Amino acid sequence: MSEQSEPLLAIRGLRTRFHTYEGVVNAVDGLDIEVFRGETLGLVGESGCGKSVTALSILRLLRCPPAEIQGQILFDGTNLLDLDQEGIRNIRGRDISMIFQEPMTSLNPVLTIGEQISETLRRHKDMTRREAWGRCVEMLRLVQIPGPKSRSKEYPHKLSGGMRQRAMIAMALSCNPRLLLADEPTTALDVTIQAQIMTLMVRLKEEFETSIVLITHDLGIIAEMASRVVVMYAGKMVEEAPVKELFKDPRHPYTQGLLGSIPVIGRKFDGGQRLQEIPGMVPNPLEMPLGCRFNPRCPRTMSICHQQEPPVVRLADHRRVSCWLEANKRDD
Amino acid sequence: MTDMALLEVRNLKKHFPVKKGILSRTVGYVRAVDGVSFSLRKGETFGLVGESGCGKTTVGRSILRLIEPTAGQVVFNGQDLLTLDVEELRQVRGSLQIIFQDPFSSLNPRMNVGKIIAEPIRNHLKDTKAQTRDRVAHLMESVGLHPDQMSRYPHEFSGGQRQRIGIARALALNPMVIVCDEPVSALDVSIQAQVINLLVELQEKMNLSYIFIAHDLSVVEHISDRVAVMYLGRIVEMATDRELYQNPQHPYTQALLSAVPIPDPEAGRQRILLEGDIPGPLNLPSGCTFHTRCPKRMEECSQKEPIFKDQGNDHWVACHLI
Repeated sequence: MSEQSEPLLAIRGLRTRFHTYEGVVNAVDGLDIEVFRGETLGLVGESGCGKSVTALSILRLLRCPPAEIQGQILFDGTNLLDLDQEGIRNIRGRDISMIFQEPMTSLNPVLTIGEQISETLRRHKDMTRREAWGRCVEMLRLVQIPGPKSRSKEYPHKLSGGMRQRAMIAMALSCNPRLLLADEPTTALDVTIQAQIMTLMVRLKEEFETSIVLITHDLGIIAEMASRVVVMYAGKMVEEAPVKELFKDPRHPYTQGLLGSIPVIGRKFDGGQRLQEIPGMVPNPLEMPLGCRFNPRCPRTMSICHQQEPPVVRLADHRRVSCWLEANKRDD
Repeated sequence: MTDMALLEVRNLKKHFPVKKGILSRTVGYVRAVDGVSFSLRKGETFGLVGESGCGKTTVGRSILRLIEPTAGQVVFNGQDLLTLDVEELRQVRGSLQIIFQDPFSSLNPRMNVGKIIAEPIRNHLKDTKAQTRDRVAHLMESVGLHPDQMSRYPHEFSGGQRQRIGIARALALNPMVIVCDEPVSALDVSIQAQVINLLVELQEKMNLSYIFIAHDLSVVEHISDRVAVMYLGRIVEMATDRELYQNPQHPYTQALLSAVPIPDPEAGRQRILLEGDIPGPLNLPSGCTFHTRCPKRMEECSQKEPIFKDQGNDHWVACHLI
């Protein structure tokens, strides 16, 4: 992650809103993030914070309308939002691919694993049926599926959850994408299987030099896999930091609350059994609070928090906080 | 380990028949729970962890006879629950309650919150309407809900609030034991902390005993006094919370603990990666059921079933290595 190099992906002022019967939902509201070559960027937040919508917006997988995407998504200099259908189709699966959370619902149940993986290869790499099949078996072997030859002729329902997730990773990596969007890739899996998949992703990332945007709510996974983290809340970035700094010195009260609310093995013996909790709940997206969106739950609100949205304070390169506490510190 | 036990589960088994063909003949059994024994002491939280399909939920439901177990005993207050008839069981159920995992499907969408929480009271006690109402209001306050919300319906609440409704319903009859079946796994982390804190608070206030079933090892560690690890229908290791997490003896427990991601980027760790998936429960491996994935397997593991024995200081392990 050198400072001079151009980012592989630069999202500038992304706004994704949905027009619904009840009103307009601003799912992502002014997001700026950058992803560099070979790095893993973690995107953390609770349900409804807009992290998945961000990924779907990058690949333009949202039906518009009801969705409306504004801003810029620059991938290697091209704005993905300016491309026509054919243009974005050439990028999906070839340059940017995605791993979804639920391997059961995101694989096609009426096509065999092999057919699904070779479809991508034949579309993007102009391979013949036979070449694609060979490559597919090779990919399945790479993700450590036992008996890849016979497995590629099987349908998704015959594979276990962990195997399906492996097949999906194989599919996502089959064209050597430069960017991989992994949306909660291990959430549906058991811990021992999760450990297998995480180890696999780290290995493949190094082998293929892929950049990863890792979307998750699990701070443990972030700590182990990401090099830089963006914390989101109610459609906005609240904090960005290199992973070590985020855990050592979280600045935003929301990040602090999140870190305090997860049970850590062994901590209760010195810290007592009470977890730090964030009171209340995520605001209704149709009735966002005035000022800072976190103010109804924040333990350190000031009067300005209820009136004005906090500015994004840049503390260093890739170290940003959107909070009045930091902004006021700056002014003093 | 019997003297202080409030509830004792002895050799509990649940085998589900597998039926096939036009005559639905039984072709085999899924041994979901296969000889589980443990005891729950008064005021303690007993954690039951394991991966999906290990039988932890079936254990919880069998204790309450929401699923009829195949064999075994569940002794509560000197009575074996499995021998009771329907009316006797109904009487006991007031002191044994359950909180379910999914706050969306475990509340009747056509009943308002007041009715949901009042249902156990109306079924078991002869309270007047006014008394019931007061009691429901009181219960709602004690779980952090506003009594004004009594006439609202479940869909109007968020996941965390619904779980609070489920807890209020479980508390309605002043139970002694609550089986908590993955009560926080459907919730976001910040809400999860709220519900865990609430459960701990209520336990202190009402002297409750919990059987806490979950797959998240950190959550179980946080809330439990003693923990049992299950694998394919059996308990493989059981000890006090501190002992189990600091000194795990069974290779499965060791692998499971090493697989938990630690929320600290500077924590160095050695991960034990297990090979393969959990075997299907229809054809369990011979001998020790874990031998197909065990990194330390020996020859006898595939032949002989290990005995579940006490290592001293109440640390039980079923493994040939020990």
